[in-house]
Amino acid sequence: MGDASREILKRARQEVPEWTVAQVSSALTHQQDTAEQDVVVVDVREKHEWNEGYVPGALHVPRGFLELQIEEAVPDKSKKVVLYCAGGVRSLMAGKTLQQMGYNDVVSMAGGFGQWKGSGYKFVQPRTLDEAQSKRYSRHTLIPEVGEQGQLKLLDSKVLLIGAGGLGSPAAYYLAAAGVGTLGIIDADVVEESNLQRQILHNTGRIGQYKAESAKQTLEALNPDVKVTTYIERLDETNVARIIADYDVIVDGTDNFPTRYLLNDAALLANKPVIHGSVFRFEGQLTIFKPYEGPCYRCLYPEPPPPALAPSCAEAGVLGVLPGIIGLLQATETIKLLLEIGDPLVGRMLTYDALAGEFNELRLFRDPDCAACGTHGHPENLPTYADFCAI
Amino acid sequence: MANVRLAPILRSSVGGAKQVIAEGTTLNEVLTHLYEQYPALKEQIQPSEELSKFVNVYINDQDVRFLKKLETPVGSSDTITLLPAMAGGR
Repeated sequence: MGDASREILKRARQEVPEWTVAQVSSALTHQQDTAEQDVVVVDVREKHEWNEGYVPGALHVPRGFLELQIEEAVPDKSKKVVLYCAGGVRSLMAGKTLQQMGYNDVVSMAGGFGQWKGSGYKFVQPRTLDEAQSKRYSRHTLIPEVGEQGQLKLLDSKVLLIGAGGLGSPAAYYLAAAGVGTLGIIDADVVEESNLQRQILHNTGRIGQYKAESAKQTLEALNPDVKVTTYIERLDETNVARIIADYDVIVDGTDNFPTRYLLNDAALLANKPVIHGSVFRFEGQLTIFKPYEGPCYRCLYPEPPPPALAPSCAEAGVLGVLPGIIGLLQATETIKLLLEIGDPLVGRMLTYDALAGEFNELRLFRDPDCAACGTHGHPENLPTYADFCAI
Repeated sequence: MANVRLAPILRSSVGGAKQVIAEGTTLNEVLTHLYEQYPALKEQIQPSEELSKFVNVYINDQDVRFLKKLETPVGSSDTITLLPAMAGGR
């Protein structure tokens, strides 16, 4: 240390009071016991030092970003801020900076994290992304709303896709790219030539293979972090509860009403949100059915239309890119729900008219008389209209 | 009078238009006038007297089931949207 830095440190020590690790520990214990939030502990070390362990409850604002980030991390400048670094030097200087910024009760923890750990106090070893993951997800971790912890949350998340077809393909592809750690795919169909105009998980060489297997191959090749579980079966009364039980969010990309009603009722019973999407020729619809917080599918459509009004894509056709748009909006809403960010599309129906180039939004309400989720609703025993409009 | 927006599946019944105009001061009157102009629509969206359970009707962005259903007043600047259930996803 040169003369000038010694001088800076001397001045900082005169102006920034210091606490021992024992004082910090007892303030934190007191705070925990009384549920008061009087003291904020801020770790000003570099990322790699933080990764080695930190004081429980501490916020991480590296000294290099202190001026830029501290007001976001600690908006209340009258709070007591306890700063620490590795040995107690950088935190003193950081304390000086905070005083200049108007924080009027700043202390530095003498001896820093080294002293804390050496004295046998508890510390947290954060879970972190490995090097390859840090690179792969860097554009995510740069976004404050996601960050490293958000990415870890995505890696821990489980999303079930009903169908690996028009909607399921783009949704699963981007969810895998985003690092959603477990994807379940249920589909009993095989890849056909007529699927390839829109079902981008599959390719010409896979014609005749099960879609679920083809999807697994594509997704795991894109991102080895993702575990894909396949279910080569049709969703029905006998398997729906078992299959959805393992997942956090369900992406509904089916092509028929009976499955949509069946899924709706099972999701209500299991309290799982369903990201609903549907497409027809040039138009798509999207909403989230979040059990008992917003309307369910039966609130929206208590009964399916007669078969003449409900053609499937096979009968009516669909512009190949259209399910791409709706499927990606489903993936977007899924990620928002998993990260608990933004305003989810609960109680709102987004419609997209590709020919007009228009999005519209309609408000949806929970029906108090809904047969499934209403006051006297019974989702466990409702018709799914399987005989009525099997497609 | 109101603008009536039609979901794509209904458009063939009105000669392909995305939006048509119908007269009336309540939803019932507007729909009745709509069916007079385009009889094929009646069968598609309201085969019985009541509003059908597989087509949702919105005035602006509000579902009429939670307003006054067929008796909901309609103003001249209002837009009515007819939205049948859609299941396609594959």
